Amino acid sequence: MSATAVAPRLRGVRHRRLTVLSVLLAAVVAAVVLSVTIGSKSVPLTDAWHALTAPTGTENDIVIRALRVPRTVLGVLAGVALGVAGALMQGHTRNPLADPGLLGVTQGAAFAMVSSIVLLGVSSLLGYIWFGLAGALVASVAVFALGMTGGKGSPTPVTLALAGTAVSAFLYALTSAIVLLDEQAMDVFRFWQAGSIAARGADVVWQVLPFILVGLVLAAVNAPGLNALSLGEDVARSLGQNIPVTRAVGVAAVTLLSGASVAACGSLAFVGLIVPHLTRPLSGTDHRWLLPYSGLVGAALLLVADVVGRVVAPPGELEVGVVLALLGAPFFVALVRRRKPVRL
Amino acid sequence: MRLQAADLRLGYGERVVVDGLDLGIEAGTVTTIIGPNGCGKSTLLRALGRLLKPQGGEVLLDGKRIDKIPTREVAKILGMLPQAPVAPEGLTVADLVARGRHPHQTWYRQWSSDDEGAVTAALDMTGLADLAERPLDELSGGQRQRAWISMALAQGTDLLLLDEPTTFLDLAHQVEVLELVRHLHQRAGRTVVMVLHDLNLAARYADRLVAMRAGQVISSGTPHEVLTEELLREVFELDAKVIEDPVAGTPLVVPIGPRSRPAEREA
Repeated sequence: MSATAVAPRLRGVRHRRLTVLSVLLAAVVAAVVLSVTIGSKSVPLTDAWHALTAPTGTENDIVIRALRVPRTVLGVLAGVALGVAGALMQGHTRNPLADPGLLGVTQGAAFAMVSSIVLLGVSSLLGYIWFGLAGALVASVAVFALGMTGGKGSPTPVTLALAGTAVSAFLYALTSAIVLLDEQAMDVFRFWQAGSIAARGADVVWQVLPFILVGLVLAAVNAPGLNALSLGEDVARSLGQNIPVTRAVGVAAVTLLSGASVAACGSLAFVGLIVPHLTRPLSGTDHRWLLPYSGLVGAALLLVADVVGRVVAPPGELEVGVVLALLGAPFFVALVRRRKPVRL
Repeated sequence: MRLQAADLRLGYGERVVVDGLDLGIEAGTVTTIIGPNGCGKSTLLRALGRLLKPQGGEVLLDGKRIDKIPTREVAKILGMLPQAPVAPEGLTVADLVARGRHPHQTWYRQWSSDDEGAVTAALDMTGLADLAERPLDELSGGQRQRAWISMALAQGTDLLLLDEPTTFLDLAHQVEVLELVRHLHQRAGRTVVMVLHDLNLAARYADRLVAMRAGQVISSGTPHEVLTEELLREVFELDAKVIEDPVAGTPLVVPIGPRSRPAEREA
């Protein structure tokens, strides 16, 4: 191949990537259709369409509009957020086992929720979620600040991981102590911990939407810098990348994305761990493609797992967090055994 | 002078590695820094490439303090390849080289025909066009190093700092990489500063040698001026004969043994 053949090759790669992007988009659309129509009460596609476009107050219309649609939209949002957050986290730490929970968001949200119930008597879902969100943000700011004290002006992946583990363990201990003393807090905590997108109305969607949107914008801004950073800090700096700013933007994005989804849906950090592994064979190492692909894969995965949870144990439902763990864990083990996890 | 160090003090925390060092790099030359392990040569190179902030003194790039120039602007003038860089697994040669265009890209304009031209030219110059689609980890050590140099070339800087570009390479691959450096300098007029361990290759491929010991420049000049038997004793504590390289006519070091110390002779 001569030099002139390099250029069309680069364009060929671009074409292939757009094709994969449309396939993933189609997969998400298919998952959305499944999520809207399948459940303890199956709704034919025509009725679902009817409910969305010209509702007349039939039973199906109510099921679709009040339950299925918010649930599906939340599933898409949380899946996109956790997929992108996971890919960002693994990219920044150069650690294939990193997940967004590493920043302490999960335990931060849990602690803030149960404290708000016990100390402030908060009793509405929307209320818990506000506190969960605040707890997630505060915890990850604390982890970032603790990780910084290494003295280099920006936390390294190692100090971040250590600070995250320490803060998470501390908060988990406090949360456990509280829920053992308070029955109501225990009840909320149990269901939250399982991880679910069910029984959350449109108000919850509107509540977390702005945080996720800002997080996605930051993630998009972060992608080229993350590509430079993946060649090592020295190379990134000689390529003109400002490392502390890049890290801070990345951490802010992960915090907003995972904090919002964890507060609304409980601990689903597992999505953030496996999605980038599913996505990398499709995207390669370029974060400008890995991040959007991971978002779409995350959304499709979360919705499909949720649908499986609705039909697997009638008349009851299995929480999506439980399904993800049950199906995802063996799958992840198989993936790791088949081909060793990629060194980042 | 393209690049200048003035009264430079470098170190890591309390430990001072280089103190009061002055050095000038002229345009269009290949300068090689030599010296024993731990003499501060890589530290010096990192400071020249603004990867390490000096504790004292200053580094001037084209007469301006390098830390006063926005890092992205520096990245368009000066490229630096650290020692043994590591790429994520599965990264292809073309993707690696394309990442060299980073300083020229903005968030909203990620790829232009300039970028494409620079990447193509870099792959061509290093002879890697045929391997463009191969993952980096499938290449030989020499090819991999050439790919990293291609990345630095695609960056389009006419100043290039290379920290031990031949580490972990066998002799044939060392020569392959250094021939490429010479080619860059002769054909493309690049100014190159590198750190090398092999004195004979350093003598053969450099216009200027800078010999360092304990954070000081002991001698600098042409290979003939610098690479003498006295200098080897002083800088490397090595007794050696320096003869003429029968191939290149440059100085060739033939080691005899560690420098015999006066104390040992008495005992």
